[in-house]
Parts: sequence; structure tokens; C-alpha cells
Amino acid sequence: MKDRTKYFAYPYLVWIVIFIVFPSFLVLLYSLTTDSGGLTNINFTMSNFIKFFNHLYMNILWDSIFLAAICTIICLLLGYPAAYIISKSNLSRRNTLLFLCILPMWMNMLLRTYAWMTILGNNGILNNLFEFLGFPKINMLYTRGATVMGMVYNFLPFMILPIFTALSKMDTGLIEAADDLGATKYIVFRKIILPLSMPGVISGIIMVFMPAVSTFIIPQLLGGNKSMMIGNLVEKMFILNGDWNFGSAISIIMMIIILISMSIMNKFDVDKEGGARLW
Amino acid sequence: MVKKHLSRIYMGMIFIFLYAPIAVLAVFSFNESKSRGNWTGFSLKWYVELFQDGDIRSAFYYTISIALISAIVSTILGTIAAIGINSMKGKMKSIMLNVNYLPVVNPDIVTGISLMILYISFNIDFGFKTMLISHIVFNTPYVILSILPKLKQMDVNMTEAAMDLGATPMYALRKVIIPEIKPGIVTGFLMAFTLSIDDFIISYFTKGEGVTNLSIVIYSMARRGVRPTINALSTIMLTVVLLLMILINKRSSGAEKATNKRKEA
Amino acid sequence: MKKKSLLIVSITALILAAGCSSKTEEKEVLNVLNYDIYIDKTLISEYEEENNVTIKYDTYSTPEEMYIKAKAGASDYDLIISSEYMIERMISEGMVNKLNFDNIPNYQFIDEEFKNQPYDPNNEYAVPYFWGTLGILYNKTTVDASSDSWSMLWNEKYSQRIIMMDSQRDAFAAALKLLGYSLNTVDEKELDEAKELLIQQRPLVMAYITDGAPDIMINEEADMALVWSGEAVSAMSENENLDFVIPKEGSNIWIDAMFIPSTTKNQPLAEEFINFLCSKEATLRNIDEVWYSTVHTEAIKEVDEELLNNSAFNIPSEDINKMEMFRDPKEFIDLYTSRWTEIMAE
Repeated sequence: MKDRTKYFAYPYLVWIVIFIVFPSFLVLLYSLTTDSGGLTNINFTMSNFIKFFNHLYMNILWDSIFLAAICTIICLLLGYPAAYIISKSNLSRRNTLLFLCILPMWMNMLLRTYAWMTILGNNGILNNLFEFLGFPKINMLYTRGATVMGMVYNFLPFMILPIFTALSKMDTGLIEAADDLGATKYIVFRKIILPLSMPGVISGIIMVFMPAVSTFIIPQLLGGNKSMMIGNLVEKMFILNGDWNFGSAISIIMMIIILISMSIMNKFDVDKEGGARLW
Repeated sequence: MVKKHLSRIYMGMIFIFLYAPIAVLAVFSFNESKSRGNWTGFSLKWYVELFQDGDIRSAFYYTISIALISAIVSTILGTIAAIGINSMKGKMKSIMLNVNYLPVVNPDIVTGISLMILYISFNIDFGFKTMLISHIVFNTPYVILSILPKLKQMDVNMTEAAMDLGATPMYALRKVIIPEIKPGIVTGFLMAFTLSIDDFIISYFTKGEGVTNLSIVIYSMARRGVRPTINALSTIMLTVVLLLMILINKRSSGAEKATNKRKEA
Repeated sequence: MKKKSLLIVSITALILAAGCSSKTEEKEVLNVLNYDIYIDKTLISEYEEENNVTIKYDTYSTPEEMYIKAKAGASDYDLIISSEYMIERMISEGMVNKLNFDNIPNYQFIDEEFKNQPYDPNNEYAVPYFWGTLGILYNKTTVDASSDSWSMLWNEKYSQRIIMMDSQRDAFAAALKLLGYSLNTVDEKELDEAKELLIQQRPLVMAYITDGAPDIMINEEADMALVWSGEAVSAMSENENLDFVIPKEGSNIWIDAMFIPSTTKNQPLAEEFINFLCSKEATLRNIDEVWYSTVHTEAIKEVDEELLNNSAFNIPSEDINKMEMFRDPKEFIDLYTSRWTEIMAE
């Protein structure tokens, strides 16, 4: 049986070769060539990559990594306690709390981003509230803060869920044993709970950092296009400038960054199906 | 006791953060004026306008049909593939798993442009077809990932026993394997369906010829500014999602109870 | 039970799939590409019904985006509406078909002023659609517009209250005109000066947006915005505090026109549709929707008094005399593109 069912994978093998492997290869090919017109006259070059390593584009790269890192840290700081509280509550409450955490994720991402446009605007709800309370209005929409805020809002559940899963799988016997042996709460947390929840923290970090670093909608709608992120640059190259070669090179660089950060994170032993656990 | 209160307050704040924007959208969908910050009176006019908007109507139609078709196709493709991958061994298996993982770890924008380049290289007209194929491409890995763990848990001896008793492989598949991994298949289908409805980036790069989905329409409207019709749309979408989730939750807890009872008996 | 539901689901899916394919098969199809918010959409559905055709309608937001869309060959468009300098480029690259004017009798209503223009000197390729200019939409209650100059957009008093357009030629036009240069400059030094000016402006800019400025201005969330004239008219009709100025240094006069790209599969139908859009009724309804200045000699006679008094619609001739039309800078366009990317990336 086992031997024969393996052939079941073959149609999908063909499918992934056509729609996953080959397109990735095309992106790589574009990134290594110049626009010379047609597939008959291919000139290999590294110039697209070399072009990227000037201060302008490097700044965009660092800035994207910086913003995504800030977003990830905020998500971790907000999400860890939330996951911890959920894992400690009794069963029926726990399901409700989890449900409430997942629910916003089922709403369209653009709507979730758009919602903040109505709130942060100069005459939006928050500023009207400030005015009513006698505070001066502040520019909130179209700032870097708004971009980070939008990212945190969109990706926070991706942090809470994996940490929760890790925490709820934990053997409570260990904590009880430590308690019996006279460990303080702080020691229990630092020596037992935190290390054991590390796999969840790691997959949370990956799941927040990845979409955050590559987003282009949030800086556009909430950041007013002022601080370009790497995703905006890729979009611009493909949609506006028509420089697919350079755009492909940036995509490859983006993929490499993600693979590097994943392999660093994988060192901490992450369950490969972390993504699926979310649901 | 203090700690309990603290944690309640904390969760309360998290939920305010998660739900306040959605609540604001919903409340202002009933606002009479277009203004985003001031309440001027109750009105349903934005809902009326929403239903009269031809763009939204056609985008809705495409969103639902692409989500349905792509979820069905990727569930079938993914189930068969998962069974195959599960019985593979060694290098081949790990290659399959890794390539399958690629659309999951790749930023959506990279998946989107790589598919765009593929279609353009082969001169395929952009439209319903390209968007549908793209959705199947990014949905299927998730289906496989949700079925594989169920296959791993399955007792290998069961299929062998069935075959020893004279079942053909197809019969064993239908009567033994599929029922065992059904929860995984259902999760996979639902996931594919929602991912497809929610997708913006990949659709954005593979749309064409008047075929758009709701995300794209919302994007182009939001770029023009705040529109109360989008608020109305989001309120409706949220209500539908809420009802669906409650329904699914009820059903799955009902199913759990049923299996528990069976075990007891 | 579950089988049943799966069956129902697949049947619906099949019906849906069949629905889309059958809809497109029997009717003639017209692929149209136009600027966002640039037509009264009901015209499309009416035309579809009356002539039993299907119009697949796509939009874009800047001419650069349109060019990529048309060139990449993602779709075989039959009719495109875009700006003169991009049409000029596409004509020179052989991407535009000559029109058969026998199919477009309404061409006679197009104002002679807009014919024989440099982008299509012999009136072979394009039919003008609307025209307009670039200027500053500002809030009278907060902005002192007496300087009547592009320098308003560089006034530090309005820091973080200025909306710029995320469109390279238009943003450069403002800077080049302020410097006293041609907005079609092919002098790298002049372009670099303009680039420096736009980089200088960055800290003052609230957001770089295309299409979104009127909404923000109507809500008085910003003090001024670089806009196209029609956007100004529509914003001014919703908020009395807004006004429009065409700076004294001169501005851009643009013509948007309809043309048939060489990818077309149905040129006669595209020409018929052009003719339909050139009818007086269609033009009047489009004016009501997009608020740009019309090229139609009959329609202009039926426009309301109020609109005719609006200088953003009925642009004064003394302003027009100082205006320049965008031209295709040929290879030099790459410098505009790279400079603009650098400004946005700064």
C-alpha cells in the first residue's frame, strides 16, 4: 500500500514544478539578466544586485528590517502576556478568549488597515476625542508610527496563537515540582516557562516578522508613501517602473533575508508545521 | 485576586485594541454624513449605495466563486498529494515538503510577481483563469500541511489490515484513510477558502480584464480616501464571518461531544 | 450529510464557473483601460446592454502604470484612455493603431483647439477625451495664496499639511516650473536641481497620494494639495472653503485621449465605443462625474453657469498661455524615473 500510494504525490509534483519551481526560476533568471529583449539574447549580469548595494536602497532595506523588528518586538511584548493569561484560564473561558483573538484575523486585511485611516486622521475619531478633552490635535495618520501601529494590529494574533500553543502543551508537573522545591515565581518563569515556550515565541516571531518586512499596503495607506519599505520598492519596480530585472533581484534578496532569518530561528528548534498550527 | 483582576484588565485592553477599530467601522457605517469623525445621525444609505455599486457586486461574485472553486480544487489536489507525500521516503519526501513549504514562507509579493512573470512569459491573458490558478497555487500547501499531521497519527496497520482482508487500494483509501483524515481535510478546505477570500497581494499581481476581487476594490477605494460604503461592506463581512465561526464552533463542539459519548459507550 | 453538502458546494461552483464562461463566449468583448474614476460607470453598463457586448473595464492611476500594463501584454486591450505624452511614446514605439474616422462621426464635435497637437500632429491615432491642468487646491481659511506661486508647496508654515501627488511627471512639473525651467527639460542639471528641491520638500509633505487628495482636502485634514483641475472642481463643490490656484510661473496643460493599442482584437467595436463616448449625452454625463474641462463643442454649451464660472473648469486663457504640454522625453524618461525613485526612497 505504502509503496503504491506514493504515486499519489506525482500529479502534485508536476503541479509544483510548473507553478512553484519554474516561476521561482524565472524570477532568478530575471534577476541575473538585463532587459535585452526576448529569451534569445540573454546576457547574464550581476548588475541588478550591485545596483541594490548603494546607500539609497540599503537604507530602504535597513529601514524595512527596523520597522518590522519594532513591530515584532511590540507584538511579542503585547502578545506573550496575553497568551500566558489565556493558557492559564479555565477551559471554557480559554476557548472564548482564543476565539476572540482569532476572529479579527478572519476579517479582510485591507479592511483592518483601512479602519485605522478613519481613526488616526487629523479629523478622525481620536483627534476629535483629543479636541473634546482639550488636548491639541496631533498628526498621527501618515507617519511611521501609524505604519508600525497598522502592522502590529494586523499581525498581533500571529504572535499570540503559537505562544499559546506552546504554553498549553507545557507539562504543569514541572512547574509544580519547581514550586515544591521552593523556586520563586520569577525563577519558575525564567527557568521553566520561558524556555519551554521558546518554540512558540520563535514561530510567533517568524510569523510576524515575515509579513511585516514584506508589506507594501500598510506603508502606502497608513504611512502616506513617505517611508518606502522593501515591498513598496518591489511593487514600484514591477507596476510603475517596469524594471523587472531589478525588481526580481530585490525579490531574491528579500527571499534570502527571510530564509536566513528562518534558519537562524530554526536553530532554536521550531516545529515545521508551526504555520498550520495557527488554525 | 489582584492578579486575576490585572489579567482581566490586560485582556480587556488587548481586546479593545483588536476590536475598537472594527467597532468604529461598524458604527460609522450607519452614520448619515460622509464625515469620518462626527456622528450626524442614523442612516442606512451607505448600505443602499453598497448594494447599488456594480463594482462591488461583481467583485463579490468573483471573490466568492474563486474562493469556492480554488478551495475545492486545492482540497482535492492537496488530499491526494498529502497521502502520496506521507508514504514517500527519504530525500524525495523532504524535497517535496520543502518545495511545498515555499509559498508558505515566501512573502506573498514574491509569489505574486513570480506567477505574474510566468503568465506573461507564456502569453496567458490575465483574468479569471490566472487569478484562480494563483489561488490554487497558494492554497494547496496549507491544505497539505493541515492533512499531513492527521496522516502521521493514523495507524498504518489499519490500511494493511483492510488490504489483507481483500480491500483494493482505492477501497481502502475511501473507506479507511479518508474517514480518518477527514478533520484535516475539513480544516484544510476552510483554511483555503478563507485565505482565498482574504488575499490581496497575489490577486493584485494576477488580476486582469475586469476581474477583481473585494480586496482589490477596497484597496482602490481606500486609496481615494475614506468611504462609508467600505464601512458598510466591512460590517456585513464581519457579521457573516462571525456567524460562520459560531456555526463552525458549535458544530465542532457538538461533534466532540458525540465522539466522547461513543468512547464512553 | 457531509457528502451532500460537498455535492451542493461543487455544483454551485460549477454553475458559477459555467456562468462566467458562457457570459463571455457569446458576446463580443471590449477590453478597456482607463484612469481610475474617469468615466460615469453607468455609461458602460448602458452601452453593454444596448449593443449586447461585454466591456471588461480595468483601471490604473498613473500613465507610467498604464504603459507597463499595455506593454507587458498581460491583457490585450482594445481601447485605452491616457495622457498625451504617454500616447506620444507609444505611437513612436509602434504600439498604437491608426483610427478609421469613418467609424467616429462624432469626431466633428471635438474642439479644433485640441486637434493637431504635437503628440498626434496629423490626427491619426487619438481622439481627445478631456483636458485640464495642474495646480494647487488649498483651504482659504488657513492658506495665504497671494504669492500665487509654486513656492506655496515649499512654505514651511504648512509643514505636514501639504499633500503631494505620487506621480513623477506631475511632481517634477511643479518643481521645474518653480525653478523657471521647462517641464519637459532634458537637461540633467536642471532635473537634478528639481530633484534636490523635491527632496527638500519631503519633510513638509504629509503624504504622497494619487487620487486621494480631494477627500483629505474636503475633510480639511490638510491645507493644500497638488491636484489635477477636475479633482479641484469636485472638492470645491463639496467644501466652500476650498479654492484652486494655477501658479503664476505657469503649469502643465494636458490632454487625455482615447486610442486603440495594436493589441486590439476588435478595432471596429473600439471605434464605435469611442464614437459613443464622443456623443454629447455621454460627454455631459462624464463631466458630471469627473469635472474636467471638456473638449466637446456642443456639450460645453449645456454646462451649468456655476461650473463655467469655476476657473478650475473654465480655465482662463491668460493662464493657458503660460502653460506647457508634456512631451515624451524619449530615452531621457529613464532619468525622470530613476530620480523620482530616489526622491521617494530618500
